[in-house]
Amino acid sequence: MHPAFSVIFLTTLIGAGQGLFLALYTVELYSLFDLLPEQESRTFYAPGAAIALGLLALGLLASFFHLGRPERGWRAAARWRTSWLSREVIVLPAFMAAVAAYWLVHWAGWREPRFAPAAGLEVTPSAAIGAAATVLAFALYLCTGMIYACIRFLQEWASPLTVINYLLLGGASGFTLATAFAGYSAPALVPFLGGWAAVLTGIALVTRAASLVRNARLRPKSTLQTAIGVKHPRIVQTAQGFMGGSFNTREFFHGRTRAFVRAIKWTFLVLVFPVPVALLGAGIAAGSAALLALAFAAQYVGLLAERWFFFAQANHPQNLYYQAIA
Amino acid sequence: MTQLALVIDLNVCVGCQACVTSCKEWNTSGIAGYLSDDRPYDADPTGTFFNRVQTFEVGEYPNTQTVHFPKSCLHCEDPPCVPVCPTGASYKRVEDGIVLVDYDKCIGCKYCSWACPYGVREVDEHQKVMKKCTLCVDRIHDRSLPRAERRPACVMACPTNARLFGDVHDPDSEVSVAIRERGGYQLMPEWGTHPANHYLPRRRTQITIQPEELVRADNPLKVDGKLPKPALKEPALDDVTSW
Repeated sequence: MHPAFSVIFLTTLIGAGQGLFLALYTVELYSLFDLLPEQESRTFYAPGAAIALGLLALGLLASFFHLGRPERGWRAAARWRTSWLSREVIVLPAFMAAVAAYWLVHWAGWREPRFAPAAGLEVTPSAAIGAAATVLAFALYLCTGMIYACIRFLQEWASPLTVINYLLLGGASGFTLATAFAGYSAPALVPFLGGWAAVLTGIALVTRAASLVRNARLRPKSTLQTAIGVKHPRIVQTAQGFMGGSFNTREFFHGRTRAFVRAIKWTFLVLVFPVPVALLGAGIAAGSAALLALAFAAQYVGLLAERWFFFAQANHPQNLYYQAIA
Repeated sequence: MTQLALVIDLNVCVGCQACVTSCKEWNTSGIAGYLSDDRPYDADPTGTFFNRVQTFEVGEYPNTQTVHFPKSCLHCEDPPCVPVCPTGASYKRVEDGIVLVDYDKCIGCKYCSWACPYGVREVDEHQKVMKKCTLCVDRIHDRSLPRAERRPACVMACPTNARLFGDVHDPDSEVSVAIRERGGYQLMPEWGTHPANHYLPRRRTQITIQPEELVRADNPLKVDGKLPKPALKEPALDDVTSW
């Protein structure tokens, strides 16, 4: 497939935004149970939620560049019964609304418990909104991953690993960003968030490597024989029906050399996994927020490469019909 | 239930591209707007087509066969492009099984083209919507046309009658008989899309000629100059003195 930068930015930005929100809410839950020090709403949760919201908004903006007719984008919510893309189009704004509400209650400082669903159990507004937003965050990871995993003949994508990788890579980058954010706003939280960022990055390495191994061993189900229905071991295309390019030759081929694709693979394997973990460790050891920010920057750039490779690696069966110009 | 479809006979397709040009001519002139072309006479031409004829060489020299392979939307009975569409612009008509795109609802996200294993959907670079073969839906149901012309433009154009058009759910239709009796098959059956369009395979074309068919052993009607010459006074078979 031809990697589209609109989709690369969409998936990496919202993945990090979701992860950042999940990190903030994790801190809030831990502090509710006195496992972490209480944080200020105005200086920690509100600006954190604002950053998450900004990333989600940027991702949403990037997605419009993917559309030929962005002014009709609202129609994309219509077919949520069958289309994962439609579900994502609904869940993304819903999650953004939930994060905006989360930001509002923290910015306004409404922290006293407002509900008591059971005796002795008092729920703050932000905890309730955060729980709903957490469900939506996971639903959004599922939708984003399933958009790719549900296309059964794109064999590189048609695997639960696709969804798991979207979840873990987004979560890892979000927690790395939360660590960097805490480096500036709440240094006491840095070891906790940095530790979880490293753990998520480590698990993500395992699942991403698993999908690389799986894809390297894939055997395409479709062949030139099934594509044109001629059962002969030697079939060579001599003409694709036109001398120039077409949508079919532009959209489904990445057009890069094997060496370039391999270089991108190793770039992301280095930038997404060991580099951020090392920088997180150095940042925590040195107490340097700048190093933590650098860890997120490296991981985000690595994730751009990861997403590019994710698209480039998928080999669409329609390419069988476009092997020779003439 | 009706399922209109094409049946393409690879045995007689000569790769003349008449179906391609006729398809483009009809569909670029319709109410749905033109099929855009860019730089048609320059170095890197490109354009939107519903139908392409490709050529494959099968076998190893000297035992090769050239297979011309027309490819357009197969109007799958279980089309994977339809459920993925977020807007419902991509749909399959209940009444005749044609898979269509509502150009007024399409947002141009290209997701349906990813979900088609055959690569038969093409984005129009100017109208920014997805386009595909309509099976000439604006021709085949047009009562103002003579019945013989209510067929897709590609079928009308084919000089070797390689393209048959009809209802593959009607067991007695021309296409169903062709599929049944001439080994019709579907493309990429491994994905369970059940394409409605079928292809008829190449067949060995061989005629057996006996020597008697070339050189006549007898010649009762005295044709082609090899006449038996009876004597002048002998009666001829027809009681007329011949020579």
